[in-house]
This record gives sequence, C-alpha cells and structure tokens, in this order.
Amino acid sequence: MKEAIAMPGGVHAEPGMRIYNQKLGMWVFLASEVMFFTGLIGAYIILRFGAGDWALPGIPLEEGGTPLAINLTAFNTFMLICSSVTMVKAFAAIEHGDQRGLRLFLLGTVVLGAAFVGIQIFEYIKLTHEGFLPACSAELAEIVPNCGLFGSTFYVMTGFHGAHVSIGVFCMIWVTVKAFRGAYTKENHGGVEVIGLYWHFVDLVWILLFTIVYLI
Amino acid sequence: MESAEQKQQPRYYFIWFLLLVLTMVEVGVAYLSHLPRTLLILVLVGLAIWKATLVAMYYMHLKFERLRVILLATAPIPLAIILVLGVLLEYAQ
Repeated sequence: MKEAIAMPGGVHAEPGMRIYNQKLGMWVFLASEVMFFTGLIGAYIILRFGAGDWALPGIPLEEGGTPLAINLTAFNTFMLICSSVTMVKAFAAIEHGDQRGLRLFLLGTVVLGAAFVGIQIFEYIKLTHEGFLPACSAELAEIVPNCGLFGSTFYVMTGFHGAHVSIGVFCMIWVTVKAFRGAYTKENHGGVEVIGLYWHFVDLVWILLFTIVYLI
Repeated sequence: MESAEQKQQPRYYFIWFLLLVLTMVEVGVAYLSHLPRTLLILVLVGLAIWKATLVAMYYMHLKFERLRVILLATAPIPLAIILVLGVLLEYAQ
C-alpha cells in the first residue's frame, strides 16, 4: 500500500494524483459544478430558441429591447474580475510568507465579493419594481417578447450564481478570520489555495453567464 | 502547491487588464445591433470563452499544473460541449 506523500503545503497528497486531498476534492467538486451550470445553460438554450422572439440589447425597451441594466452588470462583472485578482494576489503573498499581503488581499476579496452580491440584490429590487419578474407585469409583458420566460431563466441562472458567490463570500470571511489569527504560513496555506479555486471558478462562470444572459 | 512552487509568477495585473479590455469590447459589440445575429453571437461567445480560459489558465494556475490535474479539471468540458451542441443542433434543423 502506498504511503501518503508529504507536500510542501504541510498537508498530505493523494498518492495517485500527487496533490493534497482538499485540492483534489475541490477540483472534483468543480467538475460537477461545470455540469450543473451546463445543465442550466442547456435548459436556457432550449427555452430561448424554442420561444422565438427574445429581448435584445441595443434596442430601446419600448421596441422590444432588454429590460436588464447591462452597463450596471458590466461594472459588476468588472468587480468580480477585480476580486479574482485580489484572491490570486493573496495566494501569491502567502506563498512568499507575506502575512500582511495575505490579509490585505483577502479583505479586498471579501469586500469586492460582497459588493457584487449587493449590486445584484440592487439590480433584482430595481427589476422587480419595474415589473420584470418570473411572471412579468402586464405592462412589461406587452413590450418585452416572452417576458415571463425571459424572467424565469434570468432569475434562475443569475440566482444560482449569486448563491454561489454568497457562499463564497461567507467561506472567504472564514478564511480571512483564520488568516488574521495566523493560521496560514508559507509552508501551510492549502485553505487559501482551495477557496481561491472556488472563487475563480465562480468568476469564470459569471463571465460566461454575463455573455449568455445579458449580451446575446 | 507543489505546482505553485515550480511555476513562475504569472503577470496577474496584465491578465486583469486584458480581462477588463475584453469585457469592454464585449459590451461594445453587444450594442452593434446592425451586425448579422449569428456573427454577433459567435464573436460574443468567442470573447467569453477567451476570458474564461484566461481565468482558468492564469488565476486557477492550470497552465502550471501537472497533466493529471489538467485532465481532471477539463474532464467535464467535452461532456458540457456535447450537451450544449446537442440542444443547439435541435434548433439548427
């Protein structure tokens, strides 16, 4: 029987993969998440192309354009991309034993992630006040093609992603608290890498969802 | 982390700047409503895949990982492509 291999991160590697168990587990989980979001995207394609007319960007709302605030969401996308940079910089910092850099960049990631969720909630409130719901208001249903279907798919896809970001923010707060307590060192920082993988995946999924839901 | 110690430090801020520029280009392209719809969709999906690949390669460090980790990470992608193409072909007929 093979022995567990000691890794530089202060944790033990899975003998076959030669990466530590938490990282292996996260990659397997992310592989399952790929199929989860692909399922949602597949359902969206079926519903959208089956429906025919759809609200498009670049067209005024009165003429059947999208009710979504694309510029606001583009800014939110930018925020999430920025949070990926702070996350990867936090990881790079602890790789060099830089505790101050780790704490600073993790805090930045928490703030940017929370801001993303906050802007998404603001967007939801704004849209629901305008009557854009899974069951559209009568006024909006007259001008937005397949408004109810558009609303349902929009809230399901962005809602599931928002839930992932929210869970990520809570986990990030936990990792940040641990970082302030000095739990991570140059030799032992697997937790930072694993939460980082999740966070970047959430960013990656949003990049695709932003294009599919808002721009196409 | 074994890979992290072996790799060079990627240019994280350059990748961030590239992602920012590509996002701006994407939003700009989305408003070009006079372009043929199919071309518009292909360009936007292409830009999104480019951005997603940059995140996976440089921020998730797949570019610097061992082959077995890359294979594990990319294993569901062919299945995802089959699923998406399968439903798209339904409407291409």
